[in-house]
This record gives sequence, C-alpha cells and structure tokens, in this order.
Amino acid sequence: MTRTNVALLVLIACVAALPLFGDAYALRLGTMACMYAIFALSWNIVGGFAGYPSFATAAFFGLGAYTTGILMNKGVPLTLSLLGSLILCLLLAAALGAVLLRLRGHYFAIASLSLVEVFRELVNNATDLTGGGMGLNIPLVSGSSVLSDATFFFYAMWGLLLLTALVVIAVSVSKLGFGLNCIRQNETASNMVGLNSTLYKAIAFGLSACFVGAAGGLYAAWVHYIDPSDVFDILYSVKPIVMALMGGLGSPLGVVCGAFVYLGLEEVVWRNYIQIHSGVLGVLIILLLLFLPHGLISLHVGKIWRGLTGRKAKHV
Amino acid sequence: MLAIQVLINALVLGCLYACIAIGFSLVWGVLNVINLIHGSFIVLGAYLAWGAYNSLGLSPWYALLIAAPAFFVFGYLLQRLLLNRVITAPVLVTLTLTFGLDLILNNAMIYYFKADYRKLILNPPTGSISIFDVVVPVDRLIATASALALTFLLYLLLRRSKVGRAIVAVRLDRDAAVLMGVNVKSIYAVAFGLGAALAGCAGVLMALIFPISPLTSSAYLGKAFVVCVLGGLGSVSGALAGGILLALVEGVGSVYLGPAHAVTLSFVLLIIFLVVRPQGLLGRKGFE
Repeated sequence: MTRTNVALLVLIACVAALPLFGDAYALRLGTMACMYAIFALSWNIVGGFAGYPSFATAAFFGLGAYTTGILMNKGVPLTLSLLGSLILCLLLAAALGAVLLRLRGHYFAIASLSLVEVFRELVNNATDLTGGGMGLNIPLVSGSSVLSDATFFFYAMWGLLLLTALVVIAVSVSKLGFGLNCIRQNETASNMVGLNSTLYKAIAFGLSACFVGAAGGLYAAWVHYIDPSDVFDILYSVKPIVMALMGGLGSPLGVVCGAFVYLGLEEVVWRNYIQIHSGVLGVLIILLLLFLPHGLISLHVGKIWRGLTGRKAKHV
Repeated sequence: MLAIQVLINALVLGCLYACIAIGFSLVWGVLNVINLIHGSFIVLGAYLAWGAYNSLGLSPWYALLIAAPAFFVFGYLLQRLLLNRVITAPVLVTLTLTFGLDLILNNAMIYYFKADYRKLILNPPTGSISIFDVVVPVDRLIATASALALTFLLYLLLRRSKVGRAIVAVRLDRDAAVLMGVNVKSIYAVAFGLGAALAGCAGVLMALIFPISPLTSSAYLGKAFVVCVLGGLGSVSGALAGGILLALVEGVGSVYLGPAHAVTLSFVLLIIFLVVRPQGLLGRKGFE
C-alpha cells in the first residue's frame, strides 16, 4: 500500500469524527461530502484509471435512488434495498459498459450523457411504478429525533465511502488497475499483448456505477422524496469530473480532496449567491480549467510534499 | 391520410432540427469540441426575436439579420479568448469548459428573463393552409423555408468561399492545412462564430413555433446530439438527413406509442446508432 493510499484512509477516518463536534447542519454537510467523495472516487475508476470521459454518474445515481425508493415502498428494509441498488447498478453498468465502452472520446461522452436522458425519460414515463413527474415518497426509516437521524445517515454514507475507498485502493494495486492503466495509455497495444480490454472496461464501468447507485439509494432514504429531474440531474455527472480535475486526475487521494474542496466552494457560493450560484460555479469551472489544469495536487503544496518525501509525483 | 400528415410534419420539423444541429455539427467536426453552450445560444436567439418583436416591433425576419452578425462576433470572441487556450486538451477539458460557459449563460438568462415560458405571438396571425386533409401552419412553413435557406447558405459558404474551403481543409487534416498556410486558430474562431450564428438564427426561427424559456436549452442540445449522430458529423447533407430521420421517428413514435415516449425513443436510437454505425447515415468511415 502506497503512502497516498494510507493518507486517503487517514483522511476518511478523520471525517468520521465529525459528529463529535457538529450540529445537524455540519452533519448534513458531512453526509454530502461523503456522497461527493463516493462520486469522485467512482468516476475515477473509469475516468481516471481507464481514461474514458464518462458522464453516466447521474444515470446510476438516479437508478440507485429509484431502486431503493421503490423497494422500500414495497416494505423491503433499507439495507436490503441498498444492496439491491448496488447489485442492479453493478450488473446493468457492466452489461452497458461492454457495449458502450467500445466507443472512444467524444462518442463515448455523448453516449454516456444520453444514458442519463434515457433513464430519466424511462422513469418519467413509468408512472405506475415510480410516480413519474410527481416524484416518489420514501417512508421514514428511524422516525427518531432529527439529530439521531442525521447521525445515522452520516455514518451510513461514511461507511459507504470507506467501502468505496477500499475497493478503489484494491483496484489500483491489483492486476485490474494495471490493466486499466494500460488501456488508458494505449488500448490497441494492450489488446495486442493479450489483455481482455472489453472485460476490464466492463468491470471498471460496473464498479464505477455500483457505489454511486448505493449512494443514490441512501440519498433517497435520507431526503425521503425524489423526483426524476432531481436525481437524474446532469450536474451529478459533471460535478465528479470537476472534483477530479480540481484534485488531480487519477489519484484517489487527489479526487477525494477535490470533492471536499468542491463541496466547500459550492456551499459558500450557494449560501451567499443563491440566485446566481450556477453562474458562479461556471466561472469557477472555467478558471480552474484555464489556470489549474492539473488540479490542486499540482500546486505548490504538491511540490513541497514531493520535496519532503523525496519522491516524484506520479504523472497522470 | 394520417400517414401523410405525419410525413409532412416530419419534413417540416426535420428541416428545423437540421438547422438546430448544423452549427453544433460544424463545431464538433472542425474543432473537435462538443459545444454544450449550443442550446443556450439557441434560447438566447429566441429571446432576441421575442424582444425585438415585442419592444421594437421588428418582425423576426429582421431579427435574423441582427442575430447572425451579433452571435458570430460573440462566438468568435469566445473562441479567440477562451476556447483556443485549451483546444488541444482532451475531450474532458473542452467539454467541461463549454459546460461551465453554459452554466453562466443559462444562469444569466434565468436571472434577466426569469424562467417563465413566453411565446412570440405574431399579430395578425399567419393562419394555416390545408391541402386535402393535410394541415400545415404558415408560420411553421416559413420557419422551415428559412431554415432550409440558412442551411443552403452554409453549404454555399463551405463550398465556394475561400474561408469555407479553409474550414473544410482544417476539418479533413489539420496538419496539412497548417502546411498549406491556413491560420488554424483563426479558422477555429471563424468556425465557432459560424456555429454560434447558426444557433442564434435557429433560435429566432424556434421563437416562431415553440415557447421560449432558459429551461428549454437542454432539450435543444439533446436534439443537436441526436441529429449529429444520426446524420453523421460535419456535413450539411448529413445534418438534413439526421434531422428528418429524427423528426420522423419522433412523429411516428408519438402517434403509435404516445408523445411521452418520443424522447426516449430518439435517445435509444442515438445509442444504437453510436454502437452500430457511429459514422452516421451519410458519414464515411474513418472520417469522424
């Protein structure tokens, strides 16, 4: 296990101490932070390791949310519903990935974007099952006080984040991670040396979808009400990319830091400039891309860190 | 008779879809950038027509004459000042950049125009013509004719003018174009400006037919995606073929499955086309 991976786990462990200090508002932010970190880590499997610009995060987030929502309305307990979301997203994404990841570059980007539209429209039109545009109410889980409810969902989301981080670290040190790296660098060449790239890409896409799906399920149980335009919001697809670009593409520690920084910025902008918050977000994205294309990790802090540890930063 | 009506509707709507998509297709083909701000350009063009008609009393045909140069300059500057800096970066960066621009423009429109739906209502109304049992509204017919004229103008520009040939040359082989003395950066800016101008004009035409709101921009963008992929990238004839095919699929889908499923159908078609025939109906293989 490399030093950055240890740092990642330490960072996540520090987040777990939040309920000791925080009120319900801090817990809400913490839950969002964990959710964003799950998005960023998951996206990183396909976007960072394998180098495919996926915009499908929102599709699986929404699918997971609706799966859990529908199952819970049928009386299935939360844990089983979440498991259902996770498995459905894993299998569906792996199957779709085997087909869609044949496309490269722009074509893959467009296809994954369209996936969000297709899922949203399907959910919109299946009114009997999902409530369509009216949305779906989800029964309360604990029914206890606000603070204990917030604490419960914070720890649930945190646990999911920990699981995601462990899986991502396992992927990055395994043969799968090595194979995905090869695919990013030169897919044709990795095919030539006998790497089953279709299988690898399908697994990567499945893994990148399943935790997002489970996070969607938790989100649904947490907010008790979902509707298609909320959970299939294309912003959920773009945010992880911005986080990853912010933190440093490809590095799990980088993208998690990116997710936390992004949430901080978003919250500040949201609180102070509610009417123009998406415009300010747009300005931030542009500034980031123009002036900091390799993420926060490429900043001076990165150089200092490299100087301290005496190692060269991994170039992605 | 229903079948003929559906067919006529599809032809009329298809030309408009082609007009929506053609600027997007030009930018994608020449610059290799997926221009997510395209939908907001269209809506801005629609507001221009609406404002010109309601406050200045200018008919939408004059609004076209204002929109084209104004959007060209806007797009040219945007490309010169911002996009040219990251044009060589991978798709992720250029796409996210145009997404950021779209957030700004869309938010600005919501701020100034509010998210209410508005409608440009011509006074007196133009009515509709019916031949046998087939009914076509006149304003829609005029919009379609204008869309076709715009498309034909672009075709002429790309075919006949020096700058047009340079755009095509950059699209075919960027490096060879540089060697032939083409200033690629300025051609990029011209192409992006043309794309913006076409989007603005398409917006003016849309204002005649559809309600106007900043929230509709993503629907226009979605149409542009589908038309480009169906028809094939970068070619004028491809956009026309894609537009008419999309309108046909939506029309037939609405009649037989219900209008709610038309959008789903079009996106499913998009994914199938991407997987089976990514070069589109009229595109040539290895040309993308």
